[in-house]
Amino acid sequence: MYRPKIVENLGEDEWIYAGHPACHGCGAALGLRHLLKTIGKKSILVVPAGCTSIIAGTMNAATFNIPFIHTAFGAAAAVASGVAEALSKKGMDDINVVVWAGDGGTYDIGLASLSGAAERGHNILFVLDDNEAYMNTGIQRSGGTPRGAWTTTTITGKKEEKKDIMKIVLSHHVPYAATASVAYPLDFNRKVKKALGIKGFKFIHLMAPCPPGWRFETHMTIEIARRAVLSGAWILMEYENGRLRLNPPSSNMLDKRRISLEEYLMMQGRFKHVKRELLEELKRDVELRWSEIKEILEKQGKQ
Amino acid sequence: MSRTKLVLTGNYASAYAVLHSKVEIVPAYPITPQTTIVEKIDEFIETGMLDATMVRVESEHSAMAVAIGASAVGVRTYTATSSHGLLYMYENLWWAANARLPIVATFVTRTLGPPWNIWSDHQDFMTLRDSGWILFMVKDAQEAYDLTIQAFKIAENPDVRLPVGIAYDAFVISHTAEPVELLTQEEADKFLPSPRAIQPLLDVDKPYSIGNLPRADYHYILRKNLWENILDAKKAIREVGREYGELSGRDYSSLVEEYKCEDADTVFISMGAMAGEGMDAVDKLRDKGYKVGHLTIRTYRPFPDHEIKTIAENAKRLIVFSRALSNGKGGILYDDIASTLYREGQRIETYDIIAGLAGTEVSEEDFMKIYYDTRSGKLDTGKSIFIRRGEYV
Amino acid sequence: MGEVMYPVTEPGEGAAGKTGNWRWQKPIIIIDKCVKCGLCWVYCPEPAIYLDKMGYPHVNYEWCKGCGICAHECPSKAIEMVSEYE
Ligand SMILES: Cc1ncc(C[n+]2csc(CCOP(=O)(O)OP(=O)(O)O)c2C)c(N)n1
Ligand code: SF4
Ligand code: SF4
Ligand code: SF4
Ligand SMILES: [Mg+2]
Repeated sequence: MYRPKIVENLGEDEWIYAGHPACHGCGAALGLRHLLKTIGKKSILVVPAGCTSIIAGTMNAATFNIPFIHTAFGAAAAVASGVAEALSKKGMDDINVVVWAGDGGTYDIGLASLSGAAERGHNILFVLDDNEAYMNTGIQRSGGTPRGAWTTTTITGKKEEKKDIMKIVLSHHVPYAATASVAYPLDFNRKVKKALGIKGFKFIHLMAPCPPGWRFETHMTIEIARRAVLSGAWILMEYENGRLRLNPPSSNMLDKRRISLEEYLMMQGRFKHVKRELLEELKRDVELRWSEIKEILEKQGKQ
Repeated sequence: MSRTKLVLTGNYASAYAVLHSKVEIVPAYPITPQTTIVEKIDEFIETGMLDATMVRVESEHSAMAVAIGASAVGVRTYTATSSHGLLYMYENLWWAANARLPIVATFVTRTLGPPWNIWSDHQDFMTLRDSGWILFMVKDAQEAYDLTIQAFKIAENPDVRLPVGIAYDAFVISHTAEPVELLTQEEADKFLPSPRAIQPLLDVDKPYSIGNLPRADYHYILRKNLWENILDAKKAIREVGREYGELSGRDYSSLVEEYKCEDADTVFISMGAMAGEGMDAVDKLRDKGYKVGHLTIRTYRPFPDHEIKTIAENAKRLIVFSRALSNGKGGILYDDIASTLYREGQRIETYDIIAGLAGTEVSEEDFMKIYYDTRSGKLDTGKSIFIRRGEYV
Repeated sequence: MGEVMYPVTEPGEGAAGKTGNWRWQKPIIIIDKCVKCGLCWVYCPEPAIYLDKMGYPHVNYEWCKGCGICAHECPSKAIEMVSEYE
């Protein structure tokens, strides 16, 4: 019997059944697969309206082999709060309560319930499955859609910047918050494990590209997720008790050892129309984020 | 231990019922006139009288969402709200019913704005009419206490498994103190089985998904199943009411409360606090020799069709007081009664009276005036009749 | 009395039917080129790739949707996508 190291590390048990309704090359489906591998069967998954309402399957067969509850669009963090408190009442605190919510269900309609649950500090892991638009309803813009991106409600490109959800979450003094990417499953796996070992409200922001929504061919999902990281547009990091740490490969990119932003954006139909001027602005947005991070790290270093 | 009688507001009576029902999770968000229920429960928890978790949520939408999550895990769950709070949690109220979660909630009825208005009418409550919640409306604090305890037993009945709401009017009931007889904790424990008896939907040993996409044909059957179960719940309501009667001496085995209806040719029908005024009017009119009675609708959903039919078999005239209005149609309770009569083929004189909107008081004089005016043929059965403090408007 | 029906579902394969029928292109693993790195297994979103005792990957064509991620991610170009229609 031989197993590659990465397979051993991620574990061979699957908690998601094949034959589910996600599109070809769906980043969210892959994210769910790895999330469930890590949380295991002693977990309850709470999911608001979004693509995962479909991926979850039909009443003929459920995709997830762990207890799962669909919730109203804005209600996931609150339903999970109830699940967590009820489990605790029953003395079953060893069961993981995990939310998996889209960007719409997090940045927008779910923000109040997310904030409430985070502030109250229920024992929940909240995973934001970010595909940067309302995909389930047909690619409308959300507060998580990046500047410049085409969606069906921003046909000339979104004018506003992507909300900084990490700052919002951190302002609730949560014990753990991290970013992740479907291109880096070991990093995601480690972060989920770490989060589950911490009591309280934990947050992981997972970047999960969507072929039909971002307008790219289905085999490119991982390539694009990877380029998001390698270009510095998406930064792998984690905050433990408010203290920031960058994770590889982002940790090697402070001094700009990155691929160009074009190499990420121009693979995607949603950015096809972006002209030089806007591109320069988008690059400035990325630089700004990196300089903020540098500043935080420098400040931390001095402490 | 012997029973105590305390002077309690409707809201405190509800809180005592929650205490005696050993509720485990209470998510809640404040709104006048519901607030004092939750404050009292909080006090019970903080002083160690009740072993429950209060989840102080950031909105009513989340209050019902927390209740959904907790109830799905199989713990006894209660919340309370009013008016705009009820509408803010609306989506999740339907979610609770369709997921078959035995949550119990108190709805202290309050007018919807604008303009802002904290006084009672039933417009907020009536939005729950079609939701699948079993709905009671009570007319005093004692009933609030009694029915809240019964509500858990009805909701958790494996043949029912629906959320139950207990409603009453703002201030007149919620904030008016009256003597309320309480069960002892031992009696309550005997009446209401351990919360652990609630079958959880979320269970790591049975990894089911709740709420997956259905085929439309199957979903239709699910909908029909809820409809059958809520109609069948009449049996459970009556049984639980009878059992509670044997225990407490206060019988709830009927979905309605009949007052001097046996020989009445005219019957007032109303619900909530104004039923008390209606019954006072009946006494006055009886003194004058008129054969009138009053029917209080205590169980609003499932609707007491059979009881209405029986009343209509003996009476010549029904006068229905609605404290909520279907804009562009008429009194909501009137519509309920009228459709029952039509189905039963009972064509009797039935009046649609709209009273008590926006917190205006409804007095026994209003009932009497309407009665006289229906006798003299002054009022039209074909129209909604608006009366405000003795005046047609 | 009608029994209560809950909107719950048991888990199982094929929630969307045989998703192998969705394929317009098919991954073919050329075992000779495979270095057993496991990445195709890691990145399949279905999952439709399983490993044999020796650690070699195989595609379960009942479920594989033919997205092509495995082929694109394979570091030794051991997976070829071929059209289902030729
Ligand atoms: C209250 C409410 N408003 C609107 C909708 C319609 N709706 C369903 S999913 C969705 C978008 C979901 O977007 P996101 O959270 O980003 O998840 P994704 O579909 O991208 O996975 C919307 C608008 C709804 N279900 N409920
Ligand atoms: S639309 Fe995008 S996120 Fe939704 S199922 Fe398809 S690929 Fe996945
Ligand atoms: S083509 Fe896509 S679905 Fe098929 S095995 Fe490869 S990664 Fe999986
Ligand atoms: S990715 Fe390529 S080399 Fe690696 S295991 Fe799969 S087929 Fe073999
Ligand atoms: Mg989205």
